[in-house]
Amino acid sequence: MTSSPSTLAPRTKQRRRGELGPVAKVASHVTLTVASLIALFPIVWLVYLSLGPDKDDYLHPGGILAKATLVNYSFVLTNTAFFDWLWSTLVVAGGTTLFGVMSAATTGYAVSRMRFPGHRPLMWVLLLTQAFPIAVLIVPMYEIFSQLRLVDSHLGLILVNCTTIVPYCSWLLKGYFDTIPIELDEAGMIDGLTPFGTFWRLILPLARPGLAVAAFYAFITAFAEVAFASTFLLDDSKYTFAVGLQSFISEHDAQWNLMAATAVLIAIPVTAFFYLVQRHVVTGLTAGSVKG
Amino acid sequence: MTLTAPAPAAAENRRRAPRPVQRMRDSYRRYWYAYAMVAPVVLVLGLLVGYPLARGFYLTLTDANSLNSARTIGVNTIDATYKFIGLDNYAEILWGPSAYDRFWSHFVWTIVWTATCVVLHYVIGLVLAMLLNQRMRGRVAYRLLLILPWAVPTFVTVFAWRIMLADAGVINSMLGSIGLMEPSWLEDPTWQRTAAIMVNTWCGVPFMMISLLGGLQSIDENLYEAAEIDGASAWQRFRHVTLPGLSSVSSTVVLLGVIWTFNQFAIIFLLFGNTAPDAQILVTWAYRLGFGQQPRDFAMSAAYGVLLLAILIVFTSFYYRWLKRNDQLA
Repeated sequence: MTSSPSTLAPRTKQRRRGELGPVAKVASHVTLTVASLIALFPIVWLVYLSLGPDKDDYLHPGGILAKATLVNYSFVLTNTAFFDWLWSTLVVAGGTTLFGVMSAATTGYAVSRMRFPGHRPLMWVLLLTQAFPIAVLIVPMYEIFSQLRLVDSHLGLILVNCTTIVPYCSWLLKGYFDTIPIELDEAGMIDGLTPFGTFWRLILPLARPGLAVAAFYAFITAFAEVAFASTFLLDDSKYTFAVGLQSFISEHDAQWNLMAATAVLIAIPVTAFFYLVQRHVVTGLTAGSVKG
Repeated sequence: MTLTAPAPAAAENRRRAPRPVQRMRDSYRRYWYAYAMVAPVVLVLGLLVGYPLARGFYLTLTDANSLNSARTIGVNTIDATYKFIGLDNYAEILWGPSAYDRFWSHFVWTIVWTATCVVLHYVIGLVLAMLLNQRMRGRVAYRLLLILPWAVPTFVTVFAWRIMLADAGVINSMLGSIGLMEPSWLEDPTWQRTAAIMVNTWCGVPFMMISLLGGLQSIDENLYEAAEIDGASAWQRFRHVTLPGLSSVSSTVVLLGVIWTFNQFAIIFLLFGNTAPDAQILVTWAYRLGFGQQPRDFAMSAAYGVLLLAILIVFTSFYYRWLKRNDQLA
């Protein structure tokens, strides 16, 4: 990926300004380094502050270095509802992913392959619901859910999350299915498979990368959902991380040190996971929407 | 996965598609499956979006708030006592005595916020993508560092920013140490807005950068060569090769960017809590009316929601039409 700058480019591809001028090169490196530092700094700072044992340490960060300790972490893990929150988050994000991706897959396939009456309006509705501001649904949902006793339940939150995730995943998967040659479907039909059979036995296995992207997107979105979770979850032990983290900072008492430690604990696995799959996510997200 | 939902496709099919008989049978079979396949999503959207939407619209025509809605206190259930008041809520929002303070000022700020953020996202994202698209040492490392803000959940990073932007936080210490002013980012309205845009830009650039990088890499290098041979300057190559080559990616990411920014809830909500009335965009303001104050004004909040939806419908349908005209939609 990086060719040594002094060797002559052996391939024609590198003829196009393959070599940057020295000024341009320095300028590029400087810009990218500064940008990287800006990208990195808030996270590094959060990690650093999580080492300070006192809740006001963030105000005089110089002092943290001398007394850095992991005491915040052990406190969070042993004395807070951290594991309750972890469980809630996994239930909500997992449930949303399972339900969302499953229903989005069949729909994505149908709108990708079949021109049925109502096809266009459905596509339009899918696109539109993707753009739904939470404010439209949150009040009626709250009212309906309180009648159904779904407020303060994980099921309720899963259902709410599906309203945004299902349309998006349908679009994303439609884009992915579009890239699978339709000849395969035709071959399946000729071999006597029903459309379901074709979908299930031929297309779905091929679409695994697309499904993985949709699942990842659904999981991350549900994981980080703030508005509905903040409104619909009342019981401290049912909080997802997005709500639990807020609870360290109330008007009366801001425990920034504990908040920072919890944030780091949450961010590490998610970030690691993200880096593992990011390449596919990027292709999936843009392919899904570019191809429309 | 294969849900069975018998769909009455045949009648519809016969009515809408007068085709040769042998094709009819074929398409009937296909439609049946199509309806069965979209049934789960149609059901989900109908129950979870359609019904609440209708219900929400009804609420906007009432004076519902948390004091007169149905609620349960202990074992007692109190029935709703709100009443129908027609379009009064909309009238009050749009041209009532406090229309400017409450709706229009937030409306203007929401537009400014969306436009500023998307432009910053796009421009910074494009510059970084182009830098990363060069042959240079360490570009993989740069790329991995630069997508970090995207990898970490927003609700985590916003708290990091809140600590950094505090009055005596690290940003003000840095500004102070080089002799610049130390704004109170989280208290002063103008600086609150600046801070919100800053944080949102930080969060949103990686997505743009990566998407545009993907777009750049798909541009045929021969086009650049040809342009260079024709004597095109760097600017001309950018203008006539790079930008057109990116157009399909750009149209998508800009649409997504506009929608996401317009609806961006988490950043403003978490950055300011309940403290910054002036930095609220319409979405967070609507939320605050419904859930962030006492008594909760459900009707007003829902009415804001309906207005937001109207704005987005207009925007999306224009955009959809534009995409269709450019033949980017099947």
